[in-house]
Amino acid sequence: MTQMARSASHHRNKIRMTTSDRVFVAINTFLLVLFMLIVLIPLIYIVAASFSSSSAVVAGRVFLWPVDFTLMGYQAVFGNNQLGSGFLNSFFYMFFGTIASLAATIMAAYPLSRKELYGRSKLMFFFTFTMMFNGGLIPTYLVVRSVGLIDSRLALIIPNALSVYYMIVARTYFQTTIPDELAEAAELDGSSDFGFLIRIVLPLSGPLVATLALFFAVMQWNGYFDALIYLNTQSKYPLQIILRNILIMNEIDANMMVSVEALERSQGLRELLKFSLIVVASVPVLAIYPFVQKYFVKGIMIGAIKG
Amino acid sequence: MVSARNKAASRAGRTRKSPIQQIVRHWQWYVLLLIPIALTVIFKYWPMYGAIIAFKQYNGGNMWDAKWVGLKHFQNFFKTPVFWRIVKNTLIINVYYLIACFPLPIILALSLNICRSNKLKKAVQMITYAPYFISTVVMVSIISQVFHQNFGIINMALKRLTGTTVNFLGKKEYFYHMYVWTSVWQFVGYASIMYIAVLAGIDPTLHEAAIVDGASLFKRMLHIDIPGILPTATILFIMNCGSIMSIGFEKVYLMQNTMNQATSEVISTYVYKQGLKGAQYSYSTAIGLFNSAINLIILIVVNKVAQRVGETSLW
Repeated sequence: MTQMARSASHHRNKIRMTTSDRVFVAINTFLLVLFMLIVLIPLIYIVAASFSSSSAVVAGRVFLWPVDFTLMGYQAVFGNNQLGSGFLNSFFYMFFGTIASLAATIMAAYPLSRKELYGRSKLMFFFTFTMMFNGGLIPTYLVVRSVGLIDSRLALIIPNALSVYYMIVARTYFQTTIPDELAEAAELDGSSDFGFLIRIVLPLSGPLVATLALFFAVMQWNGYFDALIYLNTQSKYPLQIILRNILIMNEIDANMMVSVEALERSQGLRELLKFSLIVVASVPVLAIYPFVQKYFVKGIMIGAIKG
Repeated sequence: MVSARNKAASRAGRTRKSPIQQIVRHWQWYVLLLIPIALTVIFKYWPMYGAIIAFKQYNGGNMWDAKWVGLKHFQNFFKTPVFWRIVKNTLIINVYYLIACFPLPIILALSLNICRSNKLKKAVQMITYAPYFISTVVMVSIISQVFHQNFGIINMALKRLTGTTVNFLGKKEYFYHMYVWTSVWQFVGYASIMYIAVLAGIDPTLHEAAIVDGASLFKRMLHIDIPGILPTATILFIMNCGSIMSIGFEKVYLMQNTMNQATSEVISTYVYKQGLKGAQYSYSTAIGLFNSAINLIILIVVNKVAQRVGETSLW
């Protein structure tokens, strides 16, 4: 379909380009380039500044190219122990959080995708109602506290494992891609419901699982709120909390000042460190982004179809 | 006897079985549902029940022993001068974002649809989607570096052009604009994806017929592409109205500083500060409950409107 539309649009542009069409195309190209530059320029600035000297950064001499190229900022970033533990913790939360979310979401979505499920609409309402109304921050916090998850790593994995929104996405996907006849045939062959889900449905749902995994992983990697309210121990902090302390609260811990002694005295190095840290923190997610872009687009599309 | 009836029923096709038979037959589905249901009961419905502390004087300890105080916390909230300020800020930021973030993804999608160069198209999509993946913490620090008064690129450019710099982050007048436009910057590409797909689905024969009739590119965009995405745009807009009172906590909280408190305090940040930092559990639960109730009402209204306009609904 997309292919067709694309070739059609190619086609229609190739035949008769009147002067007014040419002007319009030129304006349009200008507009697209403008969009691109508005997004790119701040990012290029950050990267350029991260490779510049602290004095050039603080004097405002850096625009879109490094000035007095140095790696000082990156040395300061990698000299910090806190960041290493933050990265490790974030990988831990991302890995187990994604698995837990995938499991919980599919366990709810698959049965709810089957028309023969007795009580289906009531169960659906039971889940979707939580999207419309919630008890609020404090009561949720008190529940997490009473089940003993405060300052536990599980607090970042268990309470929000089930995503109702992506459960609906997955349910729609199952409904539209797994024909009822397939389930009936499997049942005649003596397959159990578990067996059917594991041996037939999941292998047929590769794109769905990849898409959900992408969104769950990004959510875990980028989130900081749950860690902010549920965790108290520094050694359990995910990267985002440590980034917040350094980037936004301006807290540079003692070991960082020892490793880069000048940091304590120089406001300039502190600012330079922030630029480098922004780059280092964004690299893992942005590095995989080109490879997962198609799942990203797909996820939004599946979410748009109503079941 | 029972099995005979069963056989007859299955022979008759889709004759209804009793609920118990249906459940027993597919008991494995209910086993699958156990964990999601347990999670939802514990972490979603239990807090809804726990929200009754909004009507009690709970200061920690046992919830049941706490004294009932009726609507006292709600009245206190409505009486504080903070009430209007945070409700106003919440509404302004959301409405402003809703309006600012409506036209741009549509323009981007239309523009991409017209573009002939596949390379440019790919590049623009790749680049405009990317900021979606930047975490809120990193995003807010990008904002503070880019807009920094002494060395940020925006102010350095301003200085060269006009000779003056602007304290974008330290003035309360600018907070709404800063919050909204940086969010638009981050999510415009993401929001355009839906429109791009709808445009790709427009029947190409419409364009072919229009070309035969001598319609220009601009005319075709105006009379084919725009009407084509209008229904989607309307529904998305109406549905987004549902989130008008529910602002994301994360970005606002990180962008707050002592200078912009007057315009940056919203309901969710106030609840966090009063509740978790100030340990006023009952008072902040009351505020949260007030907010949730209003959200629910707005969602119901929005859903009704969406059903009328587009024959679609959220549930």
